Amino acid sequence: MSILYYLNYSFIQRAYLAGSFVAALCAMLGLFLVLRRLSLIGDGLSHVSFGAIALGLFFGVYPFYVAVPSVLIASYFILKLTEKAKMYGDAAIGIVSALSIAGGVILASLSRGFNVDLFSYLFGNILVISDQEVYLSIGLSLSVLLVILLLYGDLFSATFDEEYARVSGIKTARLHLVLTSLTAVTVVLAIKVVGIMLVSALLILPAVSALQMARSFRTAMLIAVASSVISVLVGITLSFSLNLPAGATIVMINGVIFLAALIFKRLR
Amino acid sequence: MSDTSIISVINLCFGYGRVEALTDVTFDVEKGDYIGLAGPNGAGKTTLVKTILGLSDRFTGAIRLFGQDLKSFDGWGRVGYLSQRVSAFNPLFPATVKEVVGLGLLSQKGFPRRSGRGDAAKIRRSLDLMGISELEERPVSDLSGGQQQRVFLARALVSGPELLILDEPGTALDPQSREGFFEFIKRLNRDEGITVVLITHDTSDIGQYANKLLYLDKKVVFYGSFSDFCRSDEMHRYFGYFSQHLICHQHRTV
Repeated sequence: MSILYYLNYSFIQRAYLAGSFVAALCAMLGLFLVLRRLSLIGDGLSHVSFGAIALGLFFGVYPFYVAVPSVLIASYFILKLTEKAKMYGDAAIGIVSALSIAGGVILASLSRGFNVDLFSYLFGNILVISDQEVYLSIGLSLSVLLVILLLYGDLFSATFDEEYARVSGIKTARLHLVLTSLTAVTVVLAIKVVGIMLVSALLILPAVSALQMARSFRTAMLIAVASSVISVLVGITLSFSLNLPAGATIVMINGVIFLAALIFKRLR
Repeated sequence: MSDTSIISVINLCFGYGRVEALTDVTFDVEKGDYIGLAGPNGAGKTTLVKTILGLSDRFTGAIRLFGQDLKSFDGWGRVGYLSQRVSAFNPLFPATVKEVVGLGLLSQKGFPRRSGRGDAAKIRRSLDLMGISELEERPVSDLSGGQQQRVFLARALVSGPELLILDEPGTALDPQSREGFFEFIKRLNRDEGITVVLITHDTSDIGQYANKLLYLDKKVVFYGSFSDFCRSDEMHRYFGYFSQHLICHQHRTV
């Protein structure tokens, strides 16, 4: 059965639509993050969102409304820890990430009532995405994509050679803050697609697959977006037809694409 | 400071914590100058250049570029820069020669910085000037050190700069390529009127090309023409008679 057959179902339509936007976004941002050696920031921020979602569930607030500002604040805090406390970025990510998980676990244990809800956020399920979440995902994705497109030249320059970018008049510290903030919003969006545990895979795998094959930055961007969107579409389809968890299936498809890219590179 | 000053550095002091790297540095670079910036290791050459380029704001004193205070300077398209660390870029970065050279045009663009009409022609011209047109679609990471050096110089020249700052550009090159490279920079200075500041360890080498020497050792030890350098008692004390004689002899034989 083809993707066209599944399009008859409205919940699949919603999953394809929201998933494709988030996948494209993750791929574009992921390429900048991987090349700037910031791959693990997605992992750290997804752990922050675990604490934030637990906080939302604890107070009965829609979790994403708590997660977006919390993860933004955490991303800013990670940057400041790195700058002011003269700490390596990975150590700062580790601290913020561990404290957030610890906070989330304490809240879950105190409430005893929302463990099942929290579990659904840990592993995600895009097949049960609501209309409201689709609109939110598309709206935020389009906003982040617009910022990336407007700053494409600056991001490319600063990622390739930060010192030269500064001599070109690019405010790299401000750009770094923007990139981290965009990552924070994207991580929260991607939680619905693959879950907290697998968010970093959606940021890293399409980027590293593209880096195996591309010979120019523009091509790398196109391959990353294409492989990410394909993996989400195929992952959702397989998940529904074979009754597999959607997030894990999407990540496994991304893994297969990465292996194919490695083989392609060897054969070239 | 005269009307033709491209760079004016006035009483510049810079420190890393309590360690002073530059003390009371004052000099002017005039339009059309070719300055060889020399000095021993740790003399503050790279620090000076990075401060002039606005890469560090922890300094006291004043710096003016093209008559404009550095803190409000926005004409970065008039400045070309070739860093010491050209081979330090991420080798996994999939950028073609054309894409990298195009980065040199961003300094001339307002927000949003995107490629515009005419950029392709400027990139091609810069690649032609460096004699690497055939490499334009190749990934930079596939090239040799010497070819990468030319790509990064093409990036520095693509915006048509009036001032070119080069930080030890000879390090990635073999002696023959290095000579050719210095000749090329000399031609840019003479024929295109580009003002050049070139950091080097090799005082004797730069004497063949530059019209002035700025010898730095945390402070300005000497600033003037090579002939004055060769007659300078201070440099005689600094280098010793034999070394100074060697440097000046090589300079005169060209």
